Amino acid sequence: MSYLEYSVKSTPTGLRKILYMNWPLTLLLISVASVGFLMLYSVAGGSFRPWAEPQIKRFAVGLAVMTFVAMVPIWFWRNMAVVAYSVSLLLLVMVELFGAIGMGAQRWIDLGFMRLQPSELMKITLVMLLAAYYDWLPGKKTSRPLWVLIPVLIILVPTGLVLKQPDLGTAILLLAAGGGLMFLAGVHWSYFAAVIAAGVGLITAVFKSRGTEWQLLKDYQFRRIDTFLDPSSDPLGAGYHITQSKIALGSGGWSGRGFMQGTQSRLNFLPEKHTDFIFTTLAEEFGFVGGFSLLSLYALIIVFCIVTALATRDRFSSLVTMGIAINFFLFFAVNMSMVMGLAPVVGVPLPMVSYGGSAMLVLMVAFGLVQSAHIHRPR
Amino acid sequence: MRRSQRELDKVHRTLTRRTLVLGGLQAAFVGGLAMRMRYMQVEQADQFRLLAEENRINIRLLPPTRGEIFDRNGKIVAENIPSYRIVIVREDAGDVEQVISNLQRLIPLDPEELERARAEMRRSPPFLPVTLADQISWEDISKVAVNAPALPGITPEVGLTRVYPNGTDFAHVVGYVGPVSDYDLSQIQDPEPVLRIPRFQIGKVGLEARQEELLRGKAGAKRVEVNATGRVMRELDRREGQPGADLQLTIDTDLQAYVQARLGNESAAAVVVDCDTGDLRAIVSAPSFDPNLFVRGISVADYRALTEDPYRPLANKAVQGTYPPGSTFKMITAMAALEAGLLGPDETVYCPGYLEVAGRKFHCWKRGGHGHVDLENSLKQSCDVYYYDVALKVGIDKITAMAQEFGLGVRHDIPMSAVATGLTPDRAWKSRVHKQDWLIGDTANASIGQGYMLASPLQLAVMSARIATGRRVEPRLVKSVDGVEQPSGGGEDLALNSANLRKLRRAMYAVSNDRRGTAYRSRILTDEFRMAGKTGTSQVRNITAAERAAGVIRNEDLPWERRDHALFVCYAPFDNPKYAVSVVVEHGGGGSAAAAPIARDIILQALYGGFPPLEAYPSEDRSRVSAQQERLQRELRPKIKPDDKDRA
Repeated sequence: MSYLEYSVKSTPTGLRKILYMNWPLTLLLISVASVGFLMLYSVAGGSFRPWAEPQIKRFAVGLAVMTFVAMVPIWFWRNMAVVAYSVSLLLLVMVELFGAIGMGAQRWIDLGFMRLQPSELMKITLVMLLAAYYDWLPGKKTSRPLWVLIPVLIILVPTGLVLKQPDLGTAILLLAAGGGLMFLAGVHWSYFAAVIAAGVGLITAVFKSRGTEWQLLKDYQFRRIDTFLDPSSDPLGAGYHITQSKIALGSGGWSGRGFMQGTQSRLNFLPEKHTDFIFTTLAEEFGFVGGFSLLSLYALIIVFCIVTALATRDRFSSLVTMGIAINFFLFFAVNMSMVMGLAPVVGVPLPMVSYGGSAMLVLMVAFGLVQSAHIHRPR
Repeated sequence: MRRSQRELDKVHRTLTRRTLVLGGLQAAFVGGLAMRMRYMQVEQADQFRLLAEENRINIRLLPPTRGEIFDRNGKIVAENIPSYRIVIVREDAGDVEQVISNLQRLIPLDPEELERARAEMRRSPPFLPVTLADQISWEDISKVAVNAPALPGITPEVGLTRVYPNGTDFAHVVGYVGPVSDYDLSQIQDPEPVLRIPRFQIGKVGLEARQEELLRGKAGAKRVEVNATGRVMRELDRREGQPGADLQLTIDTDLQAYVQARLGNESAAAVVVDCDTGDLRAIVSAPSFDPNLFVRGISVADYRALTEDPYRPLANKAVQGTYPPGSTFKMITAMAALEAGLLGPDETVYCPGYLEVAGRKFHCWKRGGHGHVDLENSLKQSCDVYYYDVALKVGIDKITAMAQEFGLGVRHDIPMSAVATGLTPDRAWKSRVHKQDWLIGDTANASIGQGYMLASPLQLAVMSARIATGRRVEPRLVKSVDGVEQPSGGGEDLALNSANLRKLRRAMYAVSNDRRGTAYRSRILTDEFRMAGKTGTSQVRNITAAERAAGVIRNEDLPWERRDHALFVCYAPFDNPKYAVSVVVEHGGGGSAAAAPIARDIILQALYGGFPPLEAYPSEDRSRVSAQQERLQRELRPKIKPDDKDRA
């Protein structure tokens, strides 16, 4: 259904749009971000510097950006999809050519006032483009090979670039989110069955390739997998992160060791405690109660996104909302699996909680789209 | 593009259905995460909590202060004094090499030690102190303290180290301590963790080693919280250790010093036993060594000098050395015969200068023989034939039993290293060790303390004390532990016929008071301090028949190591025994000439509690003794420090 068919007159206009925002979702986002402020305050040893204060400022900017995006009608964003995707792709290529080196990988472009990670941007624009594509594509063509090949290319080109940075975590996220969107759009089951079969084959090939000339992953990526499979094999080396993370999480117990009383984080046994491993600090200091509460908040955000997606008759809105929900889900699911020792350490931050500017801003833009879809839904 | 409502509915239904499928999958995953979280945080929480505590909490041992050792009058024998070392903390020092070179301009640094420190600094985190120099003098420490601004990160630290202020006097008694070696650790089952502290000192030999458990005390511990790099964040709690027990010895420092000086450069040993309590008033082996050298770590040259000295300064001859007791054993043979009722009151033996036993001539030391001798005369003149004769009548079994009654062939368990058991041979021993039958000649040899018979100076002193008192005197080295008096070694009665004992003592009295006694020249003139004794001269070589025919070679004409050992045992005062003394001078020649004067001087020194008046000595000896006293007084003076009196 195209936006021309909407009963445009029934959608709110002007500042009244604010009243029609998805307020429960907004409050959930604020709650999650507040958990983040609390934890950043804690890991800094009871100080707003160096993490909590900038994070609060960024979140305030993020809220403004979200509101701004929400005000703009969703059909405008639909029309912008191709442009947004192209810009993201261009930035990815630029990172490849001029990007700064951070943490052993080329990931961001220094814009002067902030460091932009094009791969973050790509997570959203990829979803937008795929949603727009399936909004445009007639339903009966969805499963035809040629029309399947196009979205596959749309997904694989940025994934390949991100993988080259190298950033395995983001690449997997892009792949999973794109695949999820294609699944939602109604692409036939058999394609997914084939891809999963091929994936299993590829993983086998990757492991077989180890130590040969055509090795498919870098050594450090193999080592991460090794230490994931058996963290105790190298407890003071690469396995240290996982081991210490599990100790911190487990030692939290039912109700935790108390705010700012987490010994593992306070005494620096936890690595990256303000970014990728911040959930561990939460679980250590507030225990199962704290960890489960945050997990519930995340689940509620997903639920509200699904409700928004199902409530609208606009196909682009549904797909974009669901795509963003998938992205968001993958973020926290991968991060939590990682700190609980269920997944290898791939460097995926905890959304809205981990310290970091561009990831949060991009997420707020994404939720702006969800809000816009909600405000401008056909009535 | 217009689409049919039907198609739109179909597409929308697909989207809804798949959204719900995906939502279901997500819900399942979230559920899985929650389960995992519950499993780790509820079921495995205790285990992880333990691991977190292990991460966080470090236990640091607090080494206990070693117990000090005092003499019977409270004078210090082994003490702990502050020792200074210089440590550097890398993170405070900034430019480490600059600081080290600044330090080097102030005080000398051992390049080897410096290299080791640099290696340690490379290994350890920047906040851990690394020792640059150990055992620094107070002057050097002051220099470092004054120049502190030029030496960032450098701090002087105070520890305790063991010092033996009496130097050589107590080397054999107290021994010395040293840092725990890998060998030490391998010898101890399940060693205490405190032993693994670098440079921790434990007793290596002597009392320090034998009473290690008492002296060491119990280590305390503090629990500290550390961060991931090992930096101590705060102290959580602290359990004070228990300092080692202070030991008080039975030894009298002044007497010990005197005996050491009196033995001088001889290879000799002397033991003074208190007859009432068994207290060892002095127990000396000469020559000695400075135990402080070993505490600091002895140099190879010094150590070689000690091990290659033919007088064996490292050997503790007083308890570890065993010698044929020679004629000092004759009291045992006599006592065995008396107790067996074989010596009537007027029983005499004719001594023609030898006794033929089983076709072999056993000679008396006096070529012409002593003629008719009774018990008193035989002991006084040390007639050998008398004892051959008596021993053959009594038999070796009774002699051996009597020897053990008097503490020979029995290990007196005093806390010193390598306390010897000696040897009182009998039939069973010979067939076990030599796979030979006991011969009648063996009994003859044993009767005069030759042959297989071996005794240590400690055992000989105990023997004298038991003869003097008739009680089973046991030697005691430790008087009290942390002020708690240890059981006395007075001992119960030996259950011997007192008339027999009196006879024996009478004979011993004659040895040093009768004009014809072998120790008459070493008599004591003071009436209330009269001495009873017995000389001994034990051969370390065989005298061949040819040599005997040509005349036995005099000791002075033999090389040192083939000369006879000189022995003397005695006690005094005769009628109220206070001290028993034994002296052995290795290869000293005759007992009456080499050992008896030393023993006499020692027992007088003990009885008078200082240098005795010259009137105690026979008039012909006084000028020699006076010169000797002056010399010894000069030697001893620097050892008696003015503040010793205050400490006591």
